[in-house]
Amino acid sequence: MSDPQSFHLSIGSRFENIELVQIVLKDALERLGMEDDARHWVDVAVREAVANAIKHGNALDPAKQVKIDLTLDGETLTIRVEDEGPGFDPSHLEDPLAPENLLKPNGRGIFYMKSFMDTIEYGPRPGGGTVVTMRKRVAHGKETEANARFD
Amino acid sequence: MKVNMRKRDGVTILDLKGKITIGVGDVALRNAVQEAMNDGANKIVINLRDVTTIDSSGVGELVSAYTSATNRGAKLALVNLPAKVSDILYITQLITVFDVFDSEDEALRSF
Repeated sequence: MSDPQSFHLSIGSRFENIELVQIVLKDALERLGMEDDARHWVDVAVREAVANAIKHGNALDPAKQVKIDLTLDGETLTIRVEDEGPGFDPSHLEDPLAPENLLKPNGRGIFYMKSFMDTIEYGPRPGGGTVVTMRKRVAHGKETEANARFD
Repeated sequence: MKVNMRKRDGVTILDLKGKITIGVGDVALRNAVQEAMNDGANKIVINLRDVTTIDSSGVGELVSAYTSATNRGAKLALVNLPAKVSDILYITQLITVFDVFDSEDEALRSF
């Protein structure tokens, strides 16, 4: 097993800080040797997770932090996003593909995260808040060909 | 994100450039579509050629633009979708909702 590679980042709950996360994430994924296309979809998933943490978790309170942790351990890329909000129950999510939801302006973020990552889990953050953990399999620092596209 | 609004053959064309993402790009798109409709536009083309990233909020704004236009009896078309934008619309089945064209000329002919 290779040595874990990681970064840890904490941002205030402002949408413009998502761009900072993207810069750090892009650099980290490039160093892991991830191809541009594969990196793009991980970027989108993380963008959605951080946006949800800022908007729905921390309710745009800039004093509340969003923490992003990335680790590569062997072939598994794990990205955790934590907020300090009231908690989140994913069982109440609506299906954005249902005909009655297709033209709703909201409700697609988690669907995209699930589409672009291999697994996604929600849990409580110790002390309050939500932790979303997303994983994607990579091989030898590069994403496997089978996983190179979300489809 | 930058938005350039122009007119061609009675059609209002919005050229978008950059990221249609939460907080800035989505708001710019919403404002541009609203401005076009307030100006009486009933045929609107959104040119996505230079869009580099779109997130769920940006997709939501495209949906809102479509429903607003439809509710006003206006028509809205998307043109020049980059592959990654097209993929995003495919997986949420929205590609079947929008009128999508490969070129501006095709979109203009459709109205």
